[in-house]
Amino acid sequence: MESTFRTENLSVFYGKYEAVKNISLDFPDQSVTALIGPSGCGKSTFLRSLNRMNDEISQATIKGKIWIEGQDINAPDTDVIKLRQKIGMVWQKPNPFYKSIYENIAFGPKYHGIKNKSMLDEIVESSLRKAALWDEVKDRLKQSALSLSGGQQQRLCIARALSVNPGILLLDEPASALDPVSTSKVEELIIELKRELSIVIVTHNMQQAARISDYTAYFYLGTLMEHGDTELIFTNPVNATTQEYISGRFG
Amino acid sequence: MKAKTIDKIATTIIVVFSLLIVAVLVGLLAFILVRGLSHVNWSFLTSVPQTIKAGGGIGPQLFNSLFLLVLTLIITIPLGLGAGIYMAEYAKPGRFTDAVRLVVEVLSSFPSIVVGLFGLLLIVNTFGFGFSLFSGALVLTIFNLPLIVRITEQAFRSVPKEQKEAGLALGLSKWKIITSVLFPVAIPSIVTGTVLASGRVFGEAAALLFTAGMSTPRLDFSDWNPLSPTSPINPFRPAETLAVHIWKINSEGLAPDAAEIAAGASAVLVILVLIFNLFARWFGNVLYKALTASKRTG
Repeated sequence: MESTFRTENLSVFYGKYEAVKNISLDFPDQSVTALIGPSGCGKSTFLRSLNRMNDEISQATIKGKIWIEGQDINAPDTDVIKLRQKIGMVWQKPNPFYKSIYENIAFGPKYHGIKNKSMLDEIVESSLRKAALWDEVKDRLKQSALSLSGGQQQRLCIARALSVNPGILLLDEPASALDPVSTSKVEELIIELKRELSIVIVTHNMQQAARISDYTAYFYLGTLMEHGDTELIFTNPVNATTQEYISGRFG
Repeated sequence: MKAKTIDKIATTIIVVFSLLIVAVLVGLLAFILVRGLSHVNWSFLTSVPQTIKAGGGIGPQLFNSLFLLVLTLIITIPLGLGAGIYMAEYAKPGRFTDAVRLVVEVLSSFPSIVVGLFGLLLIVNTFGFGFSLFSGALVLTIFNLPLIVRITEQAFRSVPKEQKEAGLALGLSKWKIITSVLFPVAIPSIVTGTVLASGRVFGEAAALLFTAGMSTPRLDFSDWNPLSPTSPINPFRPAETLAVHIWKINSEGLAPDAAEIAAGASAVLVILVLIFNLFARWFGNVLYKALTASKRTG
């Protein structure tokens, strides 16, 4: 069965340089797909193309298709604003808005038309609960989001992404700037969230990929070298370079 | 020479230079204030100038300076913010943006007397606005626009790009991101730019001689109809500002106490600039805190 979220012969160019080469990948619902590979292998570029973040880079062009719920997201009639509502994204560096904790979460839903105060309160609470942050911040919702620790800020960013009820969550090394305790919190959170979402995560941490993902895709020089069940890839990779990379001998 | 010795010498030189600058500033301020403040009192601040008698004040000029500032900012801030935001967020790099940037920088380096004459020919005569606050405000806009455009552009560019990406990923429109995500973060820098621009409004004399004029009609402070010729808030009346007044009485003042009046007016001008600085910074902080829920000062 084909997933509702997949890429088909996707290539991404920066000018003439082909950063991502002809990649077809499926992202099954309610599962975590990890993208691994050495720096510069195109995995972040690939991830950014999934919610059209590369639109911001003027020389970036795309060939091939990205399908989300039967829609080619690069088709000219696509409403990017509606599209991005369906796809949450969290980056390596926590980037809360320079606003209160409450406003960080309520901002998106408010913009998308929810004006009712009690409804907003509910969204803020449920998003923060889903991101396992509610108990730590419920008494200081009016304070600046920048007063939180790095790990809390990152969970706030996850809560913010969840506030508009996306079906897909894109994570670009979400734990690589965090301490071990915060990292394990974020990992638990990802495992929890996949019950509702399809998650794609870029990570440099092999143990993390092994711990939290169901499927793993290994990228090298813009090419998809190997893709399959995480367990298989980590125990019995087909490709020799995959073997070398995950065992840490290269990369 | 050992690296440590070189380091010591360099540090000493830098400290001496810094102290020198502070000393010049303090000396200048002290000189102006000591010379001028003894002459400043309530009636000096509120009464009208005298042509040949002693005891004239600077009331209308003080009011004119403040009113001209307000008028100028009303024109400059929307234009400057708009152009700055365009340059930072919309303009694609290329010949056109390079040309805009060049024009903006050339504008800011024009000699003010030349711009004043240009204002006289075009705004005062051709457009027929006459010697008026409005003409003066337009000419000051020519000076201030470049500064505000550049500072706005830089303020928006220096907001971390992750902020913008976060907004995009939430499905916000570009305009919403600019107004609600980037602008609050950019406020402190924009306020600094506005303060710098305002300093120029208070201090400019040459360009105003030919545009706002060197005289003030007898003002009736109970008349608040902006179209009445004697109303203080009529933007189309001539208005001598404090800086122009200082220049005028210093060069052609006939009153026996002209020197004291010039000194007093200078002290008032300096204090005015200081007060405005502090006020603008305070206002910027309040705005920043309100929009970002932050306790820190920008």
